[in-house]
Amino acid sequence: MKRVLRSDLAFIADWIKPGSSVLDLGCGDGSLLAYLQEEKECRCYGVELDDRNVLASIANGVEVIQQNLEEGLAMFADRSFDCVLQLESLQMLRHTEGILREIGRVGRESIVTFPNFAFWTHRVAIARGRMPVTRALPYQWYDTPNVRFSTFTDFAALAQKSGFEIMACMALHEGRRITWLPNLRGSLAVFRFRKSPSS
Amino acid sequence: MTAPFVVTSKRFDFSEPLQLRSGAQLRDYTLAVETYGILNPERSNAVLICHALNASHHVAGVHSDKINETGWWDNMVGPGKPVDTDRFFVVGVNNLGSCFGSTGPTSTNPATGRIYGADFPVVTVEDWVDAQARLADVLGIARFAAVMGGSLGGMQALAWSTRYPDRVAHCIAIASTAKLSAQNIAFNDVARQAILSDPDFHGGHYHERGVVPRRGLRVARMIGHITYLSDDDMAEKFGRALSANELQYGFGIDFEIESYLRYQGEKFSEYFDANSYLLITKALDYFDPAAECGGDLTQAFIKAKARFLIASFSTDWRFAPARSREIVRALLDAEREVTYLEIDAPHGHDAFLLDDARYHGAIRAYFEGIAMRTGHHP
Repeated sequence: MKRVLRSDLAFIADWIKPGSSVLDLGCGDGSLLAYLQEEKECRCYGVELDDRNVLASIANGVEVIQQNLEEGLAMFADRSFDCVLQLESLQMLRHTEGILREIGRVGRESIVTFPNFAFWTHRVAIARGRMPVTRALPYQWYDTPNVRFSTFTDFAALAQKSGFEIMACMALHEGRRITWLPNLRGSLAVFRFRKSPSS
Repeated sequence: MTAPFVVTSKRFDFSEPLQLRSGAQLRDYTLAVETYGILNPERSNAVLICHALNASHHVAGVHSDKINETGWWDNMVGPGKPVDTDRFFVVGVNNLGSCFGSTGPTSTNPATGRIYGADFPVVTVEDWVDAQARLADVLGIARFAAVMGGSLGGMQALAWSTRYPDRVAHCIAIASTAKLSAQNIAFNDVARQAILSDPDFHGGHYHERGVVPRRGLRVARMIGHITYLSDDDMAEKFGRALSANELQYGFGIDFEIESYLRYQGEKFSEYFDANSYLLITKALDYFDPAAECGGDLTQAFIKAKARFLIASFSTDWRFAPARSREIVRALLDAEREVTYLEIDAPHGHDAFLLDDARYHGAIRAYFEGIAMRTGHHP
């Protein structure tokens, strides 16, 4: 059975070299890792907290470690993975700088995605005086699992401050790449980065 | 109500001496065994279930003559269960030194013609695994699809992975640890002291005197039982509920928890052998696969080839999640394949024996994967 990836995940899978080792933080049902295992012969591990997602990852044949990412990545050695992924889950973690440090420690390079708070419909909602409730941020302010909101530009600044060199970044909207006014027109921010040699 | 899963026990006699880690030898021995399901023609669907302190080879189902004595892991193993005996050939074996039919302190010592008693040699987890491997030879199983156990049973699964790396495809260790902590050993020694100081112990040769150190066994079981339950679970089940309507102002039973523990101790002392309890708690204390590698558990796992499933329960303080995480960390460092479940359950160490949808669901899904990878479908 050939696995088909969601288009935003396909962009990310393109960046991952065949045969590399991949750690996916907040791996959900493990479908990206299952794809990387089967199609690119990657050595994959997922980290996930939610019982149902852990079960789904096992069912997908993915090795998954059940733990809370807020506790850091103590189980993983320095530079033990070619690539660490944190896809659409960074915004749910309180200790953003801490987890970024851990990502940089464990992975030779990293790919992080998160909902771009500066997406134009979010701006419109704010201009109208309300918190945005959109496809990218589908929660009311009082019951959202998201605890950190940032924009394309904000993340770039934090990555630099944290000693990362941004290798590539792009904005996506509904699975398509946005090149013109990405911080306004992209609902999903995608960053690929590594520790800068100087840091 | 579905028809009971009726099973039978078998005995396998071995005449080739078994070299033990202590330096002693068992000249010949018997293993009590149960098997469920059918070994497929490729012999690729065998699963070994290893038991913990007080359990046996009677893992699942009931015996036709004892319809009320259900196997100790019947909620996990059987037709349609997470470890599905319609797909897997499951083997349960009573360990040497135990008291349910395999050679142990209550057996006759061939050298003297008398009951072994205290003369039964100290056995280790590794010795058990060696005996289990010989059983696998006899059953024609070159490689187990999985070796699985909880607590002390998990230690045996871990020992399989490093001692016979080519003979185990999946190693499943639940609520287990790669070594006992000082606190664990301390609890075990208090339990042993209870037995050793019972006037009926007679240096372990109580059978010859026609007595059983029942008081010691009771206390040993009471201590053990406390460590199997969580504080919250005990509070929920018993709290400070009184056994009678009012305080007795004496040293009898006031609280429900006292009544419960005494009942557990009493029941245990009727079926378990005191020398077996001493031996098995020592096997727990001695287990430390990292010791052979200078204390480096990662090095110990380098030779393992299995895929691992490690699971722990949030309220288990006997073998806490931190102990399982040590195993996972070592496996990751050794670049082994490992899945880790940390199940949020209120029942302490005992949770591994209880029915829990998340726990059983994950085990079921993992065994589906084992069936896929080892290439057998029903």
